[in-house]
Amino acid sequence: MKKNEVPQDEGNLSKSNMKELVYATDENGNYTTELSSGWEPKTIALSNSLEDINERVAEALAKVKAGQASPIVYFMELNKMDMNILAGYVEMWKWRIKKHFKPKVFKGLSDRVLQRYADAFGISVLELKNFKPE
Amino acid sequence: MELGFTHHQSAHCENGVASNLLKHNGFDISEPMIFGIGSGLFFVYIPFLKVNHAPAISYRPMPGTIFNKAAKRLGFKVKRVKFSNPKAAEKALDENLKNNIPTGLQVGVYGLTYFPDEYRFHFNAHNCVVYGKTETDYLVSDPVMQHVTTLTHKDMEKVRFAKGAFAPRGQMYYPVSIPKASDLPQAIIRGIKETARDMLAPVPIVGVKGIRTVAKLIPKWAAKHGPKVTNHYLAQIVRMQEEIGTGGGGFRFIYAAFLQEAAVILKNDELKSLSLEMTKIGDLWRDFAVNASRVYKNRSSQTDVYNTLSKEMLHIADLEEEFFKKLKKAIA
Repeated sequence: MKKNEVPQDEGNLSKSNMKELVYATDENGNYTTELSSGWEPKTIALSNSLEDINERVAEALAKVKAGQASPIVYFMELNKMDMNILAGYVEMWKWRIKKHFKPKVFKGLSDRVLQRYADAFGISVLELKNFKPE
Repeated sequence: MELGFTHHQSAHCENGVASNLLKHNGFDISEPMIFGIGSGLFFVYIPFLKVNHAPAISYRPMPGTIFNKAAKRLGFKVKRVKFSNPKAAEKALDENLKNNIPTGLQVGVYGLTYFPDEYRFHFNAHNCVVYGKTETDYLVSDPVMQHVTTLTHKDMEKVRFAKGAFAPRGQMYYPVSIPKASDLPQAIIRGIKETARDMLAPVPIVGVKGIRTVAKLIPKWAAKHGPKVTNHYLAQIVRMQEEIGTGGGGFRFIYAAFLQEAAVILKNDELKSLSLEMTKIGDLWRDFAVNASRVYKNRSSQTDVYNTLSKEMLHIADLEEEFFKKLKKAIA
């Protein structure tokens, strides 16, 4: 990549006034560094991942609404987590978490267990317990 | 409390932290040098590990290995400590600052409040340096940022004890002994040798063979999972290849910069021309990213586009195979 070809597209970084450093060659073919504000293919790739997350959140919300999933599923997706990550934060086995995905089981959870989830999601136990999808 | 520490922005966090910490200790070395000597160029596909609901693909080795290998080859010692208790971790960091030691940390990206929201994923192999502490904040030199920044004490605990794959467990590290002079040519040769060996490894998920495996999977994903999932996987590949930290082209440009520096130190013109070749390969990776992004943007569902992308990647694999064979010879 040549220095004058380093892309300066509008991107997710330029919105927050950040620039990243890339390596590129100068007019004599020697390596140097240049700042880049963004590159369209990357912006599209990132948007694709974010869209995917938004879809997962919406799906989870619909399931909670329909009484097919507990709020834990929704907050897990909202926090961009998967089961492995959530298991790390709440320090529980995955099979146990999976049970807590069921609304019936969720209703019977003690505050102590709920507290672990609330901490992982950065919310209060009450917010988790009383979560009502609109 | 603030230690004198000079922040230099870098492309990749781990090399940047290594280079900045060494410079602070009077050992002047560039980011590409650390990357090359530490055998930072790599390719691995881990089919059973999912990241963001897509198969894990990495253009770099496991976190920490670049710095460790560079340290070993350059002859300085790095102390690494992990913690199970956050309070102990905080105490050890504060103790270091009191002793005037800027300290490298492994952190999770999700809790880094100074990153734009879009970039805050559960990725735990990020690195930064802490060089001071105030009543409320830690002073942070994050090498991918243009300027120094801060994190509150509470957020610092969060990022040091992020959970999930590669959980940092409060890990901190810092050089403890710096050699007066290093055998730079020897270190460079050892770094290159290992990279060439890894990239040509006879393992289907590593190096050139790994690239081929992934290339062949692209049309299979499309047939099996449909365009939506395949496009998500492709986007993930492009992000791994191009996101902040790679310096572009899946680290190929940083590596080319390293070869150029190495050519001068080893007085080896062959490395200079290999540097040019690597730059061209990096450009092809960039083209691949452009073409892949077109596919998932238009949501085209023809099987053809996936075959085209697959062929493009196979072509890169062929070029890299040839390249690393030549590289091996150049330093033999």
